[in-house]
Amino acid sequence: MFDKEKIEAIKLETEKEGFIDDSDSPLTGSGIPIKRLYVPVDISRFDYFEDLGFPGKPPFTRGVYNEMYRKQLWTQRQVCGYGTAEETNERLRLLNKIGQTGLNIVPDTPTIYGLDSDDPLAEGEVGREGVAIDSLEDMRDMLEGIPLDEVSISIIYNYPIMFCMYLAVVEERGIPLADLAGTLQNDTFTITAGAKAWIVPPKASLKLSTDVVEFCTKYMPRWNPVSLVGYHYREAGCTAVQEIAFTLSSGIAYVEAGLLRGLKVDEFAPRLSFFFDAHNDFFEEICKFRAARRLWARLMRERFNVQDPNSMRLRFHTQTAGCSLTAQQPLNNIVRTTIQALAAVLGGTQSLHTNSYDEALALPSEEAVKIALRTQQIIAYESGIPRTIDPLAGSFFVEALTNQIESNARELIEKIDQVGGMLEAVGKNFVQRQITEAGVKQQQRIESGEEKVVGVNIFAEPNENLRMEIMKIPLELEQKQLARLNKIRRERDENKTRRALNNLEEVARKGLNTIEATIEAVKALATTGEIGALYRRVYGNYTDPGL
Amino acid sequence: MIKRKLRILIAKPGLDGHDRGARTVAFALRDAGMEVIYSGLHQTPEMIVNTALQENVDAIGLSILSGAHMTIFPKVQALLKEKRLDNILLFGGGVIPPEDVQRLKEQGIDEIFPPGSSTQSIINYLNETFSKSQ
Repeated sequence: MFDKEKIEAIKLETEKEGFIDDSDSPLTGSGIPIKRLYVPVDISRFDYFEDLGFPGKPPFTRGVYNEMYRKQLWTQRQVCGYGTAEETNERLRLLNKIGQTGLNIVPDTPTIYGLDSDDPLAEGEVGREGVAIDSLEDMRDMLEGIPLDEVSISIIYNYPIMFCMYLAVVEERGIPLADLAGTLQNDTFTITAGAKAWIVPPKASLKLSTDVVEFCTKYMPRWNPVSLVGYHYREAGCTAVQEIAFTLSSGIAYVEAGLLRGLKVDEFAPRLSFFFDAHNDFFEEICKFRAARRLWARLMRERFNVQDPNSMRLRFHTQTAGCSLTAQQPLNNIVRTTIQALAAVLGGTQSLHTNSYDEALALPSEEAVKIALRTQQIIAYESGIPRTIDPLAGSFFVEALTNQIESNARELIEKIDQVGGMLEAVGKNFVQRQITEAGVKQQQRIESGEEKVVGVNIFAEPNENLRMEIMKIPLELEQKQLARLNKIRRERDENKTRRALNNLEEVARKGLNTIEATIEAVKALATTGEIGALYRRVYGNYTDPGL
Repeated sequence: MIKRKLRILIAKPGLDGHDRGARTVAFALRDAGMEVIYSGLHQTPEMIVNTALQENVDAIGLSILSGAHMTIFPKVQALLKEKRLDNILLFGGGVIPPEDVQRLKEQGIDEIFPPGSSTQSIINYLNETFSKSQ
């Protein structure tokens, strides 16, 4: 970019002006020192083709598509789920009405754990952190009136159960599988070490996950059977560098699992998708996204010798950082979410969820979620940012920071390799300890005042009235769900359900792909809890390894 | 006279798997010189109270982010009372809105640390509470 002489001249001038010694550089959350000034010297070995290239082509640093937002904006996809199918259906329709462009469903904790709403462990939890899905009927009612052949859906679930219920609904509606666009989260590692929520041990979870990958590779070319989630590790306390490293290592593990299953890498790798956090440190986040794309492209070529460039393409969804939201002066969260959303867009995300200002205390109210969506729409339609692809490319700072993040993440991925790969690393508590350590350090920085949180440790209002109108989940909804569940149990053909569950258990015990048998089971109205119990019988339980 | 170390059980009741807060508090209390027992995830009220009894703790800290706090806190407290363990301090934190903080304290929960609380405030609270009783 600059010739050697110019670089030398700039270097000398930089030293003369005193910009070289930056010994008191503030650090990013992942420990990278940020200089006062970046100059061409900082990227003197920069090669446009090697390091950046063109959007839509490896190494994809500038973006995964050749036209990016000029052709199609990122999907505006707000997480949705609470109460029973009816309440969630209502909220889905509202979100569609106010302009979201993709669906994003989250089930409640009993459903996530493969428990029915009437399980003793489910008491008090039904419909709280998401929607209660006990059976096909709940899935059907939740999606009532939603055109599944026109809009893509993201299902935040990590086992085949909810996916198969969704497929059964789609079949009822006569929509061909091959037409379906969407994502199943289906990430064993994130549920073991990030947002902890498992039914069976990691090895078995990975097997069931790979069943989904295998099935989708055969029948669903527009579906992302995995969303490799960095968001949960980040929210649990890790740094931007760790976020990429854990996520990409998980991706490597999924590729290896697919290969072991007998799939060819270029058959399924193009459909692996990703999900990152968008946190406060604006430039670190933007550079993180760029670094992740480039690093994945390089790793896929190095490790798996992929031939299809699509296998190197890292497509991702982003959610703005939940853990950055404050209960104090909550309207400030609108500003935080905006900055984080901007980072995601400047970082080239394919899909985005923006948090609501009241989420430090509750699930989003209608008013708050509307503002969150409008935030995306204002960025999309008023800011002008989508006009051009990867506008920050070539910035000395952005390219230097992207390089540094990539290099640090690669180092950590190699460390995870040494531990034995991601499955071993979560099994040995390595990942979890790294995350806890980073989170503890961040809390220490906040409490010492080194890291500033407006409204909390600076510009706090000690006598602030923290009460606000927040969404309440009435306990009656749990009763409502129990009534729905009981009705299913009373009215279904019990023999048919038994047979289907027995068949699924046999298939599982034989180590075969469980998807088709699971679809049959859910069509026979087997419940989430019945299939969850089946998984536990076949694969065993898993206990939190603790600190 | 050597002050013995406070023994604190930090517990995650219910199905909620968000354990960052619990872990952070556990480490902070340990660094402040307390003996900390971390229960791990997926604890029922019965399991928590049993651990508290076995470990002979001075206080239990519950971390709940699921919104189920109005069900779970009273359950733990009732069990403590039933087993005549209600000399054990019961505190907690998580996603707990101000009106619920009030209601829980009215029901006899000793202290709640809502979003934005510092670990130092928890340490101070425990140290102050127990130095008064010694």
